[in-house]
Parts: sequence; structure tokens; C-alpha cells
Amino acid sequence: MQITVDMTLCESHGQCVFAAPEIFSFDDDDRLVHEASPPDALRDKAEKSAAVCPVRAITVSPASPPTAS
Amino acid sequence: MRAADHRELVVVGASLAGLRAARCLREQGFTGALTIVGDEPHPPYDRPPLSKRVLSAPGRPVRPELPVPNGLRARWLLGRAAVRLDPAARAVTLADGTRLTYDGLVVATGSTARGRPPGEPPLPPGVVTLRGWDDALALRAALTEGHPLVVVGAGFLGGEIAAAARERGLDVTLVEAASQPLEGALGATAGAYVAALHREAGIVLRTGTTVEGFLTGADGRLAGVHLGDGTTVAAGTAVLAWGGVPSTGWLAGSGLAVDGGVHCDPWLRVLRTDGSAVPDVVAAGDVVRVPQPLAGGARMALGHWTNAVEQGAAAAAALLAGQDPDGTPAPFRAVPSFWSDLHGARIRSVGLPGAADETRVVEHDLTGRRLEIAYHREGRLVGALTVGRTGRLASYRRALEEHLASGTV
Repeated sequence: MQITVDMTLCESHGQCVFAAPEIFSFDDDDRLVHEASPPDALRDKAEKSAAVCPVRAITVSPASPPTAS
Repeated sequence: MRAADHRELVVVGASLAGLRAARCLREQGFTGALTIVGDEPHPPYDRPPLSKRVLSAPGRPVRPELPVPNGLRARWLLGRAAVRLDPAARAVTLADGTRLTYDGLVVATGSTARGRPPGEPPLPPGVVTLRGWDDALALRAALTEGHPLVVVGAGFLGGEIAAAARERGLDVTLVEAASQPLEGALGATAGAYVAALHREAGIVLRTGTTVEGFLTGADGRLAGVHLGDGTTVAAGTAVLAWGGVPSTGWLAGSGLAVDGGVHCDPWLRVLRTDGSAVPDVVAAGDVVRVPQPLAGGARMALGHWTNAVEQGAAAAAALLAGQDPDGTPAPFRAVPSFWSDLHGARIRSVGLPGAADETRVVEHDLTGRRLEIAYHREGRLVGALTVGRTGRLASYRRALEEHLASGTV
């Protein structure tokens, strides 16, 4: 699972931090930081975060398929 | 009634709460017919930007549309207000005479701006309110003329309108009856902080006074606002920002309890005046008035974005669970939260600061745009507010969530 946040939209509402503290947090300047590839076990929480973001800055997408080696 | 038994569901209200309820009905497996009724002609849009960038941003304003999910498969009846509900016949009548019957109903009609108090003379042209997209466009056009603006009511909406107008360089006077802006909602400390933000930005803040009347020019348009202290402030536009009134007029005569909002039980099922739940009717968003455990169980309506989203989801779940005792979800117990952006300060809050009897100021820095206040009631945490410290809200919210889940508030 991949999480992307459009930081040009983010207004630090914190709803994602409330919904999925394992993935999202704030730094000391109140700027959102997040785990880019959290484990799939957190998918429900990640999707809840995207659904409650007031500015719809969060996108959850499946992990990119493993590349053949 | 189980989810499989519903054939036709109707959502009255095509804004955030109604759209979210509709989306969650589909996500939770409802496959029958879904009709969404809206009084405005516009597809769903987001309201918070209306008092912010829609007023202040340069260029042509863009309606902040809410995305409609691909799989929604809804019939949209827009530009037609619901005018009557007959719960016994399970029917909603629209303004154009259309009669919709339903197996299940979501009431999400939101609220309207509180306007002129009844019995007072009509308002002159130039005195406006802000609730919908059309209001926002009209206000934006008025601000573009550049005349002085008076905003009556320094709550969240009034404060944001004043800030947006000031950003555009207008002379702005903000009138507030209380001794500080937001004093009732956030207490005196946060109120004084917000007052300082407004004054620093060049807004003339007149607290402890009310509007007595309006001065009109020879053309009949607004020319000034008479205040209770005997002074008159020149104005080309005045905005009345006195809060919202839940839109329950269409429910008159339905037997539902609707004073101050649609009364609901903790599952958001709509109640009759005798306190019994109406089968298969739920409600969500600004129109709802439910007991708030954080406020000692007092019934309150919360006109907040997050409340509309969370209640939309919870109401959908309750509707599909219906009377099935095995399917009844947990009662709606979300921690309220709201925000306001003023002059670059990001005000963020959880819980119900307005229910507090004590405030504890943890950090207070006006220059650095930092603020942290914890709100208590009878010694227990009921809310928190921060500016520039959103990260610290998470632990307060967790504590409130635990209080609510354990029923200790």
C-alpha cells in the first residue's frame, strides 16, 4: 500500500492523525509527516484517513507490483 | 428491516452529510434505488471554503465541488426543496409536487443562516447572509466594489468573512455582542487571542455592542450600521453572521420533534414528539440535535464539517441495521472537532470547549502563533484547542474518545 499526501492542499487539520496515528503525525512546526508504505494491515485506517481529510489531500493506492529480478 | 429488505432509499439533503450518507449506504452493501433531493440547483459542494478562499482568492471563483463516487448510482433531484414529510405513508413531497415514497429515509437538510429577527423592518439592499454558493458569489461581488464592510457576529463564520475581506484590503468593522469573539464557544482566553489576531490584521473590532438599525442612502441601499453604543459605522455591505438555524420547516406537521433541530436517539434515529423512534428514518449533519455526553447530556446541534461526515456514515449504518437487534451498530459517540483559519492562524479543536467550566492554558504565544488550551467540566476533560500545535490535539482526542467509550462523561 502506498500513501501520498498533496502538501499543497494539506492544512494540518489532523483528522488523519486522529484516524491513523500509526501512519500520520506532525513535526514540531505542525507540518504533516507520514509513512509512505505502511503495512497492508493498516489499509482500513489509511482509507478512513483519506475519507475524513477535509481537503482530500490523501491518496491510498495498492503497492506497486514487485519488479522482476 | 434488514439491508436486503430496503428497495428504495431517499436522502433529503444534497450537501456533505447527505452525500456521505449516500456513499456509505452503497459502501455498506445497499443495492436498491437511491434518490438524493437537494434544494439548491448545484451538485454537492464543500462549504468551508465559501467564507475563506472563495471570497479572498484572485481570479474567477471555482465552486469547491465534493467528489461523487463512481458507483453511487443515485437519482438526483436538485433545485427542488422537500416541503413535507408523511412518516405514516412513508412519503416526501417536493416543492414541485413530486411525491417520493421510501422504505428508508435520511434527513440531511442542514441549516440556513439566521437572518433578520422576526418583527423587525425588512433589511435594505446591501445587508446579506452567507450560507450557500450563490450567497458566496454575491458577497464576493460586493467585496469587489471595495466599500467598507461591517460583519455582525464575530463567531467562526463572521471572523473568517472579516479576515477574507481584510485580505482584500477593505475597511472592515467586526461587531460582537459579547466582550470577546467566540467567548461562549471557546472561553475568554481564546476569545482575547482571536480578538488580538483581528486587531493586528487591521480589523476594527467592536465588542460588547449590538446592531440597532441600518442607515440607508437616497437610493435605499445600505449606507451605514447603527450600533447600540449610539455610533454609526459607514458600510457598503453588512453581513449578518449570527449562526445557523436547522432547516426543519419542511417537517412541520410530521409529528417529529424538531425544536432547535431534528431530535435523534444515540443511533441518529429520528424521534417523534413523544420520544419514540420513527421506523427507518435517520438524520445526519447540521440539522441533527442529539444529547452530547461532553456537555452533560444536553441536546445540541453541531454545525461542523467533521460532524456531518461522521454522522452521515453513522446514520447510513443505523438505517441499514434498522430494527434488526443483531445488526444494531454502536451508538454514535464521535469526538466533535472543528477548525477555523484566521489571519494565518490555524485554529483546531476537539471536544466541546463551550461546555467547559474551567480552562487551563498550556501555551500562549501570540507572536509565534501558538496556543494550547485544555477545557474541563467538573474536573474532567471535555475539549482542547490549539493554534499551530495540531499535533498536540491527538492525545486530547484519544482521552476524550476513551471517556466517551467508557461512558464516564
